[in-house]
Formats: sequence, C-alpha cells, structure tokens
Amino acid sequence: MAGKLMDAADLGGLFEDGMTIGIGGWGSRRKPMSLVAALVRSGAKDLRIVSFGGPDVGTLCATGQVREVVHGFVTLDSIAVDPHFAASRQAGSITTTELDESMLVSGLRAAGRRLPFEVTRSGLGSDVLTVNPQIRTITSPYADGQTLVAMPAVPLDLALIHLNRADTLGNGQCLGPDPYVDDLFARAAARTILSAETVLSTRELTANAHPSTLLLNRTMVDHVIEAPGGAHFTACLPDYPRNEELQREYAAAAADPAPWERYRATYLDDESIWRKEAVNA
Amino acid sequence: MSNDITIAEICVAACSDIYRESGELLAHAVGIVPSIGARLAKLTHSPDIILSDGEAFMMSEASPLGKPASAGGVIEGWAPFRRIFDIVATGRRQSIMGASQIDQYGNQNISLIGDWDKPKRQLIGVRGAPGNTANHRVDYWVARHSARLFVESVDMVSGVGNDRAKAAGLKHHHLGVIITNLAVLGYDENGRVKVLSVHPGVDPQEVTDNTGFPLDASNAPETRLPTDEELRLIREVIDPRAVRNREVPVPQPVG
Repeated sequence: MAGKLMDAADLGGLFEDGMTIGIGGWGSRRKPMSLVAALVRSGAKDLRIVSFGGPDVGTLCATGQVREVVHGFVTLDSIAVDPHFAASRQAGSITTTELDESMLVSGLRAAGRRLPFEVTRSGLGSDVLTVNPQIRTITSPYADGQTLVAMPAVPLDLALIHLNRADTLGNGQCLGPDPYVDDLFARAAARTILSAETVLSTRELTANAHPSTLLLNRTMVDHVIEAPGGAHFTACLPDYPRNEELQREYAAAAADPAPWERYRATYLDDESIWRKEAVNA
Repeated sequence: MSNDITIAEICVAACSDIYRESGELLAHAVGIVPSIGARLAKLTHSPDIILSDGEAFMMSEASPLGKPASAGGVIEGWAPFRRIFDIVATGRRQSIMGASQIDQYGNQNISLIGDWDKPKRQLIGVRGAPGNTANHRVDYWVARHSARLFVESVDMVSGVGNDRAKAAGLKHHHLGVIITNLAVLGYDENGRVKVLSVHPGVDPQEVTDNTGFPLDASNAPETRLPTDEELRLIREVIDPRAVRNREVPVPQPVG
C-alpha cells in the first residue's frame, strides 16, 4: 500500500485541457477551494465542470477556464446567485447542462455503478428535458407502463473533494452535519484528489469519532493533500464556518476586472492566506 | 380581537392552513412567512408535521427562525441533502417554494429570465423544483404580487404546472395554493389559476391589475384573519422580533 500524500505544488501535472472535472461540496459549503486554486494556477482550459455549484464554478468562470457547467444550481447560499457564473451565462460565453438537483445525483450514481442511466421521475414535464434534448425518457417494461426519465450517467475524469480528516492511504472522514454527495463524485470519477484539513494516522481517525464518519475508503481516492483551511471561504463544519466577509469580497470582484485581478492575486495565486485564516478561526 | 393585524400575519395563517391535511410528513418551507406558517401549524392544528432546520436535520421542536439546529431546538432525525431526495421520491414531504415567475397553469420559474442560451438575467437554476413538483404537493409564496411575476408564460419551466403535468402523466403532481401579499390563489377544474380569497383591506381590482393574465377577483371572499391564539403564537413565541415585516413590503394594519 503506497502512501498517496502529495504536495500541493505538484498538483498541476494532474490537470489537462478538456477534462470533465467533478467538484464536491454544495453551494458555498465544504468546497475544495484549495484544489480549485491549484486548478486555476495550472491554466488548464476548455473544462467541463460538474458541480452543485458555488464559488468553485464562479471562480473557474471568472478565469475563463470553463467551457461547460453541469449543475442543478450555482449559489453562494448567503448570496443567492454567484455573480461570476451569472456574468458568463449572460455573456453567452459558457454552455450549461442544467438539471434538477436529484437528477444530477442520479447521473453521478449511475456513473459510479457503471450503468448507462438511472431511472427517475424528477424532470418530467419541466424545461430541463426541453433544454437538454440529449436526456431521453424510457417506458417501464412492467404493467404500469410509466414513462420516466432515463438520466444518463455523468462519468468524470477527475473528482476534487475536501474533507475534515484523511489518512495518507486515502481514507477520508467527514465530521460535519452533511456529507453532501462527495462519495458519489469519487465513485463516478476515474481519479480522485482528496484534500483534508488534517492528515492523521488511520488509527487516529476513529479514536474520537464514529466509524460512520468515514465517507471515502481508499479504493475511491488516488491522491491526498493536506490543506488546512482548504475549503476557505466556504464553510467546513465543524472546523470553521463560512467567511462571509471574504465571500462578499469575492462576489463584489465580479463588477470589474481590477478588483478581480486583486482578488485572484491575493487568494488564488497564493492561497496560504486562507490557511492563516483557518488557523486563526 | 386585535385591531392591528398585518398582511404578514394574515399570510402566516394562510401558510399554516396549507398543512391542515398533511399528517405525518416533512414540511419544507422557503422564506420567512412560510417558515413561520409551518411552525404555527405544528403548534396548533398539525402537531404531526416534521419541520426541517433548512440544513441537515429534522426538528421536533423548531430551531430559531432562519437558524440551523446548532442554534437550538430538538433534533429528531438526520436528513442530509441526499436523504431529502429519497424523501421527495417517497412523497412524504410538502414544499412551499418561492417563484420568480408563475403562469396561468402554475408553471413556475426560478432559473433565469430571457433566453436559455444567453439569459438576460441568470437566476439560481431549477434547483429541486422539477423533482418536488413531480413527487409531492407544492405551494408557492409570493411576497410581491406583480404582473412581472404572474406572466402569460414563464421563461423556463422549473416547477411543473398543471398543463405540463397532465401531458407528462405525472400522477403524484399536486399544486396546492399560491399565497401572495394580496390574495390566496388556487386552481380551477382546468388547472388554471383562480382567486380563492382576497386579503382584508385589499381592493380586488388590485389583484387583477397586478396579474399578467386574466384573473377575476371581484367575487372572492376575504382571507380569514388569524385567531387571537395564532396572533399570540406568532408575535410572542415564533417571531418576537417581527422578522416577518421585512418580507412583506407594507405591513398595513387592516383589522
């Protein structure tokens, strides 16, 4: 069993132009922002991003690295709409596959199970099916004869996930109230990069926490990064809440190129400032 | 009877009435007035409904308004987002959602304004609206009843309306009511929006004038007033800081 711990400085080699990248977390909650910053620094472009979107999607829209976003929403939670994502949509500079939230869950689950689709009722009758003609319906072969949505699998080249704790083997632990669907992202992906607030020995993971907090097992993870503050400015409970002040600064930077360049230089080119804030939190 | 009852309080009581026949299910309420209404229902006629903290927990005693379970209340269940989708699929849930547009068949839009390819204004996205409307009862809360919101046809169908549901064969589709700052709306036998009641103090013509499709409010009865006990619960127990007045534009005394 080889250790999977790697240095954040070496992440760049894992990103390629044109990749489909799934990003864990939910809105402005436990997003792998440190990994997103590494993706920005790599300069990889023409990306297809799959996400329950928040500032991860907005950041990659602002840097012009996104070709397509696959999403059920893009929100900052305390700010309803991510302004960077909205600006890209309104400029027509990205394409989107917009889905009901549960349809995206179905698509990721199908991919993780190596199935072509998952049947669901969600989406029927709505314009999700109108604007996504690639999504087809299917008729039940049984007596009910119902017409349902055949939500196609959403396989990923790469998944980026941030959790509270991990060991060097790739066992990942969620200590917060909601695991979101990070395990489905990992299963849907050919490779997964996991960042964690703290890397511990395997024994320490369950010394004071129930084993049910172990969300990812090591078959689901290829690389482990220790990134204290790695979800900043999004919430990473119970380690720290959302940094609303920094989120407001991020959102305000959508108005003009100059504040965005300042934001980018401060928080993306070198995210060590987030780590300091995490330590001070 | 209090003589200083506000529109917000009338709307809270109307939201509470949504849960009268609910029984034991998860009550999901988006917005301040619906959240107060769900709490009021639980404390009065519908003790079996399960409240949510809006994050990951089911609450047998509600957390403070707008706050997660960590701020207080009594947790009775764990409902992280993925489990919410399982609950939605069982149908044991009801949702009061907001809307950016609603049309005459109850089709609702929260996704965007303008064209799909290049929207004039990107909004939050369809979120769970397609799944909610396909699976269980959905009601809508509109704090500002206007002709820009109630439109002839919505720009993107996020929540499925009655005409679309019929065409798609959605047998679990159930649109309840639309509660606005002017009126309570429902649906006629053809699935078209109709007026159920107009709030006391509101001119029925105002409802018609602020709706972008034909809507006759002239013969509608008045929306019921909250009882003294409901007013006490709203003002002293659920919302003592009167957050409700921030959501409804003009808190006019009407009693």
